[in-house]
Amino acid sequence: MDFSLMQRVFPFFVEAAFVTIEITALALVLGLVAAALAAAAKMSRSAPLRTIGTLYVSLFRGTPCLIQLFVLYFGGPQVGINLEPFAAGVIGLGLNIGAYMAESIRGALVAVDRGQIEAARTIGFSRFQTLRKVVLPQAARLMIRPLGVNTVALLKGSALVSTISVVELTYTAQRFIGSTYKPFEIFGIAALLYMIMVYAVARVVDMLDKRFAIV
Amino acid sequence: MQGLDFSVVAPYVDILLMGTWWTAILTVSAGALSFVGGIIFAVVVLYAPAIVAYPVRLFMWVFMGTPLLLQLFLIYFGLVQIGIDIPALVAGIVGLGLHFAVYNADVLRAGIVAVDFGQTEGARSIGFGKWQTLRYVVIPQAVRNTIPPIGGNMIALLKESAIVSVIGIAELVHSAQLAISETFRPFEFYITAAALYYLLNLVLEAGLRRFERNVEISR
Repeated sequence: MDFSLMQRVFPFFVEAAFVTIEITALALVLGLVAAALAAAAKMSRSAPLRTIGTLYVSLFRGTPCLIQLFVLYFGGPQVGINLEPFAAGVIGLGLNIGAYMAESIRGALVAVDRGQIEAARTIGFSRFQTLRKVVLPQAARLMIRPLGVNTVALLKGSALVSTISVVELTYTAQRFIGSTYKPFEIFGIAALLYMIMVYAVARVVDMLDKRFAIV
Repeated sequence: MQGLDFSVVAPYVDILLMGTWWTAILTVSAGALSFVGGIIFAVVVLYAPAIVAYPVRLFMWVFMGTPLLLQLFLIYFGLVQIGIDIPALVAGIVGLGLHFAVYNADVLRAGIVAVDFGQTEGARSIGFGKWQTLRYVVIPQAVRNTIPPIGGNMIALLKESAIVSVIGIAELVHSAQLAISETFRPFEFYITAAALYYLLNLVLEAGLRRFERNVEISR
């Protein structure tokens, strides 16, 4: 182990880790919006909306995230979509994780006991009121853990944007492996930073889960 | 903007199908490795002496907390550095296999713990050794009970296998890139590749569902 090398390159990796955080955070926001819309579409009463929601979820979950990024970034210009690597990365990752999160959200909504809805409707709540005041508060609790798992997957999946030349943590690691021929040292630094981020997210999810737990 | 023309794909169908075939081979071999590795890791973590179990736990912990892409770079370039020159295909299979072995181990560990302790007591009381009990009584039940999540991992593995194109394995993404380098038509070829992945995914899902049903019947 060449510790002096590790010390020397460490600042570059910290900087790159912040790019990873930035991309993950932006993609998370986009993903949550896409997921909420897709879940709503899949559960809506209108058949065309249901088809759109189902298609989105099925296509984005059924193909590799890498290919989705490539279609967007390399194929985009052919259909008039010119994106910077960073923007393409955020949109690609966001749309991909949105499809997974849509299923997490839908799963939580479906898991709320039917009797709750029937009771709310019986005492005169409208469909919207039932959703807003009865179903969502209960479903929100059930969503925390699956959405947390999705977020960790997104954080690790953000490594993929290195292939469209976004200078984030994995891209930096790859470049330093190429220039120093010290794969173990470089992996060690990058792995350390990824694990700090991953386990920080896991802790936050744990805390949220406890905070909103019943009992 | 040059407009789309999917007829450019036609001359490259052979190459793309060849890539699809290699993606299938890659998925099956890495899948088999991840299954066997998962059982081994799970058993080691649960039953091996601490001196063996702790390094394996550390390894699992690191591999769960880092991206597959990074792990592939480590395996591909790291093995060369310590004097083991392996072909990219082997590095890809080992990388994918180990990555998913860790996830399978996590599932299987829970599955092994969940097998009723009476099963172990029963096997031990009719004279099975500790190893025999594990091998013939506990693990088979644990595997059967965890088939759905392990199947889910296999589906993830199929999609993640696209990543090994970065170390130059001639699978589906790579063959699409080859065609693109000659035609400069990324959109058409990546969409075609996506369609082929979707198809592979459907086949794998159908196969897993069938398998699950067969296992159910024998219960």
